[in-house]
Amino acid sequence: MAPSPTSCLQRNDWICGEYLTTRADLIASSALEHVLLTVVSVGLGLAVALPLGVVAFRFRRLGAVVLGASTALYTIPSLAMFSLLLPFTGLSATTVVVGLVLYSLTILVRNVVAGLQGVPADVVESATGTGYGPVSLLLHVQLPLALPTILAGVRVATVSTVALVTVGAILGNGGLGDLIYAGLRTQFQAEVLTATVLVVALAVVADLLLLGLQRLVTPWTRAAR
Amino acid sequence: MDASRPVSAVSDVVDWFADPTHWEGPGGVPTRLLEHLGLSAAALGIACAIAVPLALWLGHVGRGGPLAVNLANTGRAVPTFAVLVLLAIGPLGFGPESTITALVLFAVPPILTNGYVGMREVDRDVVEAAKGVGMSPWQVARTVELPLAVPLLLNGIRLAAVQVIATATIAALVAGGGLGNIILLGFGTQDQAAVVAGALLVAGFALVTELVFVLLTRVVGQRPSPIVAEP
Repeated sequence: MAPSPTSCLQRNDWICGEYLTTRADLIASSALEHVLLTVVSVGLGLAVALPLGVVAFRFRRLGAVVLGASTALYTIPSLAMFSLLLPFTGLSATTVVVGLVLYSLTILVRNVVAGLQGVPADVVESATGTGYGPVSLLLHVQLPLALPTILAGVRVATVSTVALVTVGAILGNGGLGDLIYAGLRTQFQAEVLTATVLVVALAVVADLLLLGLQRLVTPWTRAAR
Repeated sequence: MDASRPVSAVSDVVDWFADPTHWEGPGGVPTRLLEHLGLSAAALGIACAIAVPLALWLGHVGRGGPLAVNLANTGRAVPTFAVLVLLAIGPLGFGPESTITALVLFAVPPILTNGYVGMREVDRDVVEAAKGVGMSPWQVARTVELPLAVPLLLNGIRLAAVQVIATATIAALVAGGGLGNIILLGFGTQDQAAVVAGALLVAGFALVTELVFVLLTRVVGQRPSPIVAEP
């Protein structure tokens, strides 16, 4: 019988300090890719969701169509979504981002509409009475008052996007998910567990940062959710 | 894979569906669909058996609220792919046991959260009135709270079903089985038509399931409240 290996890498331990020290560069670059994919996806999602939400709020019937379509999109499993985009954008980070933007839209548009609907009618009335036009009413009254709800949507969208990025591994662009996929093939326990813990940690940190931002830019409300 | 010809890809996908060899044998569409359905139904059944009674009881006694509500939020932060892999390379091994365990883990939170909220959102005055006319706690739960909680509970089961179908697709990467295999085989053989065809089947399956639950909720939701029907 061979002497028991002294290295935790050789023993294939779940927790292995040597893995962290020897693969620090790979872990860091995967984590960075993960963060970038998340930020770009949620950022683009918000950029599309704000005008789309305003339109859906103004034109109720169109709004119902937009919300219905985005809910249907959200029903499509992530692996299928990335696969359906493959003919258009190929095996690339673009495919992952487009898929994630589509998912984040569901959450973000819904919250933009809900936020705008939540603005009290008498506030809108008195603002209109004091001479606000439709555009300045939207920019200076309605959107600021909808901000807590919109930011709550950004938090939910960010947390689920961080988790969904891992599925991008099927396209070779899954951030930390690439490590999980590689670890699956080699049954490398430390790699899979480390990457998983980092993904969850990223989600928690992102959520806390956004909660801080929410408190900072909407000091008039203590709504944490 | 040629990414520059999406238009010709459409006819390739049509050809894939028209090919009879894709509809027979262990890798054929019917077998894969049944595998997917079996995995999903088993997981959803186990999750319901665990979460429905627990949610109704917690909601009825009004305990464990923060846990029930936060579980769904926490679940969202945990990548399904990672859990599937962790269970497979861990003690459970590559097989249906680890897949179903992972599916159940992700199906329980939405059912628990929605069932709990459904029970708690029942108007407290109505509950007090029911107690006031001499109903036992069991009667209150069964005839007052439960019927009013059913639409939200069904909503939770719908969310869980969609989640389970999505996760079962990813499970093909890990332990095999289900419609996800068609997608994976396509990736493995650089057959873009197979990837898209598999994805369409998965998406269709998920959308049909969603639709079934929407209709079910509509039917059950429109049932007159027993408080009105049974004075």
